[in-house]
Amino acid sequence: MAQQTRNPSRLLPGFRLTMGFTTLYLSLVVLIPLAALAIKSAGLPPSQWWDTVTAPRVLASYKVSLMTSFFAAVVNLAFGLLLAWVLVRYRFPGKRIVDGLVDLPFALPTAVAGIALTTIYAPNGWIGQLAQPFGLKIAYSPLGITIALIFIGLPFVVRTVQPVLQDLESDTEEAAVLLGAYRWRSFRRVILPQLIPALLTGFALAFARGIGEYGSVVFISGNMPMKTEIAPLLIITKLEQYEYGQAAAIAVVLLLLSFVLLLLINLLQRWAGRRLHSA
Amino acid sequence: MAGIVTNPGAGKAQAAVPEHLTESRPVKYLLIGIALLFVALIVVLPMVTVLSQAFSKGWSSYVYALKDPDALAALRLTLTTALLAVPLNSLFGLAAAWAITKFKFRGKNLLITLIDLPFAVSPVISGLIYVLLFGAQGLLGPWLQEHDIHIIFATPGIVLATMFVTFPFVARELIPLMEAQGVLDEEAAVSLGARGWRVFRRVTLPNIKWGLLYGMILCNARAMGEFGAVSVVSGHIRGETNTLPLHIEILYNEYQFTSAFAVASLLMLLAVVTLIAKSILERRMSGHGG
Repeated sequence: MAQQTRNPSRLLPGFRLTMGFTTLYLSLVVLIPLAALAIKSAGLPPSQWWDTVTAPRVLASYKVSLMTSFFAAVVNLAFGLLLAWVLVRYRFPGKRIVDGLVDLPFALPTAVAGIALTTIYAPNGWIGQLAQPFGLKIAYSPLGITIALIFIGLPFVVRTVQPVLQDLESDTEEAAVLLGAYRWRSFRRVILPQLIPALLTGFALAFARGIGEYGSVVFISGNMPMKTEIAPLLIITKLEQYEYGQAAAIAVVLLLLSFVLLLLINLLQRWAGRRLHSA
Repeated sequence: MAGIVTNPGAGKAQAAVPEHLTESRPVKYLLIGIALLFVALIVVLPMVTVLSQAFSKGWSSYVYALKDPDALAALRLTLTTALLAVPLNSLFGLAAAWAITKFKFRGKNLLITLIDLPFAVSPVISGLIYVLLFGAQGLLGPWLQEHDIHIIFATPGIVLATMFVTFPFVARELIPLMEAQGVLDEEAAVSLGARGWRVFRRVTLPNIKWGLLYGMILCNARAMGEFGAVSVVSGHIRGETNTLPLHIEILYNEYQFTSAFAVASLLMLLAVVTLIAKSILERRMSGHGG
């Protein structure tokens, strides 16, 4: 696959050794196991494959995964922008700690987040019991899944928008002020357009992460088929029933969904790069 | 995706925003207030919950939960897994970064994309692929059974699944870093007569040591905390194939909440230590330009 065409530093040694190890390790750990997924999924006759991924329970699980991930990503889009703004533009005590806390969802094991969030939002939990008098059920409902995914996706939008906001030239903003634009107007017309690629990238990353998420969701979701059962959990259920082919088929569709999202991210970033150069 | 996980510019000092380019005070305080409230609700509250639940029955039952033989076995397995997965992925990250940044070859972008691939795969699918390969009904299952080799529902499967989910961490950290540093230092050393390994140790390594450590710390946090992928391949045999996160799940499902949260508090401590180390390294890297 990797053919050496021109070596910019003909002097340096180690290409064959490092390239050899890289391809070997990549093949053993990533590519061959992923190929097993394709082979097992293809082992199912096409009609059975289609029946598997379009079964009502499976479709319902895709819908739950997609809807909750989407709404969680929307919430993170708004609050992620706000957090990035506050962290870049303002000074306040404890700012460095808040900045560090944004990364907690990356560092905290998902199972820990899962049981903690379930305890908070269960009917007898700190927040769950506040919601109960209003007939609002948070844990064991799609709302609970969404909250877990808001936690998981929090860092994405903040961390994609923050550097762009930091590097924003103040010239155009300055000009807008000189021309008499109000603060909100100059934000909407001057700053926001420059943030849109980063915002969409963060949104798509959070969305993609939510679709595949398992650990933080499985405790709070209640796992009711057709209602709060997410697609990754259904894969495990099929696996426990030794339906390997069906598990693989559901997984392939889920994987394709995340690949489409990542492809979109790549296109977005290329678009953003072009915009930056033409500006 | 890993590029998002890391934020080396985070510690950068900010110049004050000029007065006429900022919001009025009430708006500013309102925005800060909403942001802080959101962080408190989404991030801080779960942390407080873990601690308050862990110590809800006092110090002695906290210690009792951690001294439980199954908890200790889970801790041992978690440490073993990280001790295998992190060095192997670091070695891979170094090799991949060397090949990618010091040489030109066709298919480089494809290789970088493939290295990133595991970040795009759901944890459950990361475990599933190994079951499909090595499980009893997997592609290699019959052959493994014939030779009495156990991978799934045993330690090797757990290590493999962990290696998969933490695969890109070190490589993603080193590739941009070594790309920025170029090849001139190494070439100078070679033309002065230094041999390959020596060039790497004396010239390259000192330049990338903080970045390498940064990648390893993130890799380690994920390796010790992984749940979904490991859950699929583990088989949940108590005292044998349970890692700390899986042990937490079992305790929680058995309504042993205090014990579950006591074990969870250990992993939360790991997360906090990771974040502190991360922010120290970020400042070091932005200060020394690498």
